[in-house]
Amino acid sequence: MAKITMTVNGRQVSGSCDDRTLLVHFIRENLGLTGTHVGCDTTQCGACVVHMDGQSVKSCSILAVQAAGSSITTIEGLAANGELHPVQAAFKAHHGLQCGFCTPGMVMTAVDIIRRHGSGLDEATVRAELEGNICRCTGYHNIVQAVLAAAAGMGGARQAAE
Amino acid sequence: MGVEGIGAPVARKEDRRFLTGKGRYTDDMSVPGMKYAVFVRSPHAHATIRSIDAAAAKAMPGVIDVLDGQQLLADGIGNLICGWMIHSKDGSPMRMGVWRPLADKTVRYVGDAVAIVVADSVAEARDAAEAVVVDYEPLPVVTDPVKALEAGQPQIHPEAPNNQIFDWELGDAAAVDRAIAAAAHVTELKIVNNRLSPNAMEPRATLGVYDAGDDHYTCYTTSQNPHVARLVMSAFYNVAPENKLRVIAPDVGGGFGSKIYIYPEELVCLWASKRTGVPVKWTADRTEAFLTDAHGRDHVSTVKMAFDASNRITALKVDTIANLGAYMSLFSSCVPTYLYATLLSGQYDIPAIHANVRTVYTNTAPVDAYRGAGRPEATYLLERTIETAARELGLSPAELRRINFIRSFPHQTPVIMNYDAGDYEASLSAAMAAADWDGFATRQAEAARRGMKRGIGMSCYIEACGLAPSAAVGSLGAGVGLWESAEVRVNAVGTIEVMTGSHSHGQGHETTFAQVVADRLGVPIDSVNIVHGDTDKVQMGMGTYGSRSGAVGLSAVVKALDKVEAKAKKIAAHLMEADESDIVIEDGALKVAGTDRSVPWSQVALSAYTAHNLPAGMEPGLKEGAFYDPSNFTFPAGCHVCEVEVDPETGQTKVVQFVAADDFGNIINPMIVEGQVHGGLAQGIGQALLEGVHYDPESGQLLTASYMDYAMPRADDLPSFKVSTTNTPCPGNPLGIKGCGEAGAIGSPPALINAITDAIGNNELTMPATPEKVWAAAHAGH
Repeated sequence: MAKITMTVNGRQVSGSCDDRTLLVHFIRENLGLTGTHVGCDTTQCGACVVHMDGQSVKSCSILAVQAAGSSITTIEGLAANGELHPVQAAFKAHHGLQCGFCTPGMVMTAVDIIRRHGSGLDEATVRAELEGNICRCTGYHNIVQAVLAAAAGMGGARQAAE
Repeated sequence: MGVEGIGAPVARKEDRRFLTGKGRYTDDMSVPGMKYAVFVRSPHAHATIRSIDAAAAKAMPGVIDVLDGQQLLADGIGNLICGWMIHSKDGSPMRMGVWRPLADKTVRYVGDAVAIVVADSVAEARDAAEAVVVDYEPLPVVTDPVKALEAGQPQIHPEAPNNQIFDWELGDAAAVDRAIAAAAHVTELKIVNNRLSPNAMEPRATLGVYDAGDDHYTCYTTSQNPHVARLVMSAFYNVAPENKLRVIAPDVGGGFGSKIYIYPEELVCLWASKRTGVPVKWTADRTEAFLTDAHGRDHVSTVKMAFDASNRITALKVDTIANLGAYMSLFSSCVPTYLYATLLSGQYDIPAIHANVRTVYTNTAPVDAYRGAGRPEATYLLERTIETAARELGLSPAELRRINFIRSFPHQTPVIMNYDAGDYEASLSAAMAAADWDGFATRQAEAARRGMKRGIGMSCYIEACGLAPSAAVGSLGAGVGLWESAEVRVNAVGTIEVMTGSHSHGQGHETTFAQVVADRLGVPIDSVNIVHGDTDKVQMGMGTYGSRSGAVGLSAVVKALDKVEAKAKKIAAHLMEADESDIVIEDGALKVAGTDRSVPWSQVALSAYTAHNLPAGMEPGLKEGAFYDPSNFTFPAGCHVCEVEVDPETGQTKVVQFVAADDFGNIINPMIVEGQVHGGLAQGIGQALLEGVHYDPESGQLLTASYMDYAMPRADDLPSFKVSTTNTPCPGNPLGIKGCGEAGAIGSPPALINAITDAIGNNELTMPATPEKVWAAAHAGH
């Protein structure tokens, strides 16, 4: 058993787990944050994407002990003060989700895509960047629209602030 | 249309919880004392079980118990069943083999459940499952449905000689043979419809909770139809009587058919909860999902389409072998029969049709309905055949289809269905215009200058949805009725709860159903809650599949609203001393038409419950229920046009444009309808281009058991889609709805294969059209 401490959604948390426990299971089982999902066993589907020290990672492909000392943001930590994050809002406005199961991973990935590419994103780049997230419901059409709209909106907001 | 009423693209009420990680899926459920299950599964595709030794496993850390099929049998848990009786053409009933929830003597496919391990953690249960020693005697294996029917093949069930489950027919064979003999032209084709894995992103899961105090069971499960699950588990599996069994299907992460059926795991976890005295949760990993979720399609067919000298279709003759896998899943028998052969007339006026269907056991996972269920198989066969015929006859694909379109309604086909309304010319024209069909030659020439082969293809599909008139399906062998129920409960303050037997697992019921109520009663949709997925809250229902939630589920809601409205008007008339027939409902109030007198909706609701001043003899309360049984199927139809570019160097196909023009009748929420079409198109394009389940023919091992091996459509495999709708309202239900859930998956595969074969100039191509196959086809004969 390992005892680990990390910061999750801005709060310091500690817990004990098997050395072999994956980060996603630590988040779901130990912390009770069930918004992060498991959709496959081979690091393909992306339903488990969280942010670790600001970068998107598949939490099924990292041990909980490897995340000790890091700062994790899960889907539960994205909306601030009850306001949807612009990417969450764009997914709602553009009907970028249906069953909702892939959605947390999609949103966390999308936030990271926009962080890295800014408002200059085009459709081909979004589609290429979403290669590691599988959705079976939407055909990706509206997810792509949502990411593009969020990127444009967030870029606009950034420019206005500058 | 109001901003929230019928026809408005309202953003979904359910989105907030999914977007903020607050969805509640079955694997998210936790109850005090809960333990975890892992199933011991057969590594052999066919074997006799000599013995099971769980002693070492039971002694491992954290293990509570290991239970096997002998104990399940001793406790009287019944066999899994297929709920739709099909008779062979000789009158004999289908030959259903025994399916034990935990195999006790024989395993018949890789993944067949043998034992359940319950432990303190998933990891401990998994460790212990590996320590259960099962002594198997391997038996010979057959996975190919055509081969399985041949003499000398392994026999999978003693009840089904030569592995044949039934040999069924529909239509007039003699008339078809006469028409073919007299035809000016006959197009013949062999059609293979590739086997698919549904792949809802949420793996199946279940949590069984036995309460010894009340001798009561609760089953949380990933189900599209919790009431059917309760009915079947009570009536056939002897888990518990219905009043002692509650089934809850909370948020469900996609289904596409695969979560209709009652699988072994739900009832084994319930039974294990009683045996062990602890709540038992099981969640499939993705490999288990590939191994054990019911697969779809897997047909091998030959077809003959006969034409007269004016290019009119005179007959269609189809012979199909359908693989049903190792066991007959819940609705497996109706998919290749009444959901398939009845649609073989397509959009065309065909005087004579005959279909012969043989279903077969093989050592593969059970096969059942997957998005479209029989209708994609019929559409693929028909639309590949008519496209081939157009090429052979030297006609444009649109011209040959137009010559044969049904143009007056109602139209009785020779294969049971009576089409109530449609305009196939309208959707064909809309799709061709949106695709700029006339500009194709220019685009093709431009592509050729880049060394690319560009092709265009279309498909005109029809489906039968709104499943289904109960008496009709009963006469065809269904074990259940296919009505739907609803209850509208107006609270004393005027807010509303609608209980529906329909189930939402991505379709957006919580929004669209509320839109219908808002439209009718003039109340905001935020004051309307849609309750579904719990047998304790909703009296009864048949669930969601076959694009039935709008056409059947909402019709039940409308019937209940009729009753609520009638009673509310009586109360309002009484309060305002007006005539009931003068009361209208507008903007959240009941008004006396043509006057300024009105009472707010909330006051009428409160009056119903205070009951201080009601019309003489009226019962207090404002809550009404209704059952709706459709009078006919509904018939969504449309036209899809696909344009591709094939790289002749690599065989790589790129879908450069995909257009869908669909007639779904009236639409509640166009944004949600478009989303349904997008998703269906992705699944259809996936079938045509990427996806295929493969078993090793010698060992029966599943070769495509992970996302590393089974090619799911990813964002960069697909284009953005151009979708639009035409509308001939359905005359059969109060809202004029036809349904939209499956159309995308039904119409798209033939459009795509027609486009690729057009591009490469070779009609011989099977799905999925992988680069290897396309390259070989493009270079055949060169």
